Amino acid sequence: MLTLTLPVETALHRVSAAAKLAGIAGLGVILGLTADPVLLAAVFAGLWLAYLPLGPVEAARLPRRLWLLWPFVLVIGGWHLVRGTPEAGLVVILRMLTMFGAATLMLLTTRFDALLAAFSSLLRPLERLGLPVNRIALALAMAVRFIPVLTQRASDLAEAWRARSARKARHRLLVPLAIAALDEADHAAEALRARSALV
Amino acid sequence: MERSLAHIALFAALISVLGFLPRIDMVAGVPITFQSFGVMLAGAVLGARKGALAVLVFIGLLALGLPLLSGGANLWSVLYTPRIGYVLGFPVAAYVTGWLTQRLTALPLTFAAGVAAVGGGMIVLYTIGIPVAAYMNDLTLAETAAGAVAFLPGDMIKAIATGLVTGQLARMRPGVVQSRA
Repeated sequence: MLTLTLPVETALHRVSAAAKLAGIAGLGVILGLTADPVLLAAVFAGLWLAYLPLGPVEAARLPRRLWLLWPFVLVIGGWHLVRGTPEAGLVVILRMLTMFGAATLMLLTTRFDALLAAFSSLLRPLERLGLPVNRIALALAMAVRFIPVLTQRASDLAEAWRARSARKARHRLLVPLAIAALDEADHAAEALRARSALV
Repeated sequence: MERSLAHIALFAALISVLGFLPRIDMVAGVPITFQSFGVMLAGAVLGARKGALAVLVFIGLLALGLPLLSGGANLWSVLYTPRIGYVLGFPVAAYVTGWLTQRLTALPLTFAAGVAAVGGGMIVLYTIGIPVAAYMNDLTLAETAAGAVAFLPGDMIKAIATGLVTGQLARMRPGVVQSRA
């Protein structure tokens, strides 16, 4: 579920993770600075060009990925049409689609561990100001590690429920899932202490 | 120290997993997800500071591109959608929920956590989310607030669930609800 990185290595895979993180944050700022629909459309077209190194299949898949946003496009675009401000609606939608496409591109071409390492090195200068960079990195890595554990626990609980009842489990799994998280946290805390991980 | 870090990390994971649960569409395009329930619960169980930190770790994962927001979005892909204000308001919502749970000691825990979830997870979250959504959609505050009404019933249920789950957790694992420790 979390490993969406394309297995085939492309030129974009070799760009450093720090550059891509900075790039996407930069794109976020730039998109906010302009409200010119022509310029935004050009940026969006440029984004599509950036998909080309991934091969024709991925480039052709972009519209389908963007399709996820259709409820927003429909509601926001529709309402702007109704109130007679189509240009403002177009700007809003173009920004949304461009940012979504760029985020997907980063996800497709960058491994999470590379991003985490880049993130910690970008934060490193803030260590002098008292930011516990190592602990932040450890918390992020632990959270990632425990997502599949808790997902598995949730599906085990759902399966056990189905074995016992014809009714749907739904909210009844929330308490056992939260208990699972708390118990896993206690185990993890003991393991950290045993390894003096926070010294 | 280790225990705090582990609780923060595990609640960040829990909030992520709650986003994978099937969502219920009340009206087309208005998904009711369990994710904001996770945010309220983090505050109510871990308390203001640790609850907010757990949500910040979750946002850190989103910033690193993981598609953990319900529907498979990350921080960058929602940056220019009306959702961004709500996502960035999550840590504040968790903080206020925890802070209120810690303060409302006159009430039994279940009620305190439920009321706190309304205060933090609804009132405070809407106060941040609606103006940001209005700006992102380029619509007026009134138009956006009218749209947000669709979320009220779902969020009310989540706030009640936060109270009930927090109360049950306190009974099943005494001492675990750190907002009351």
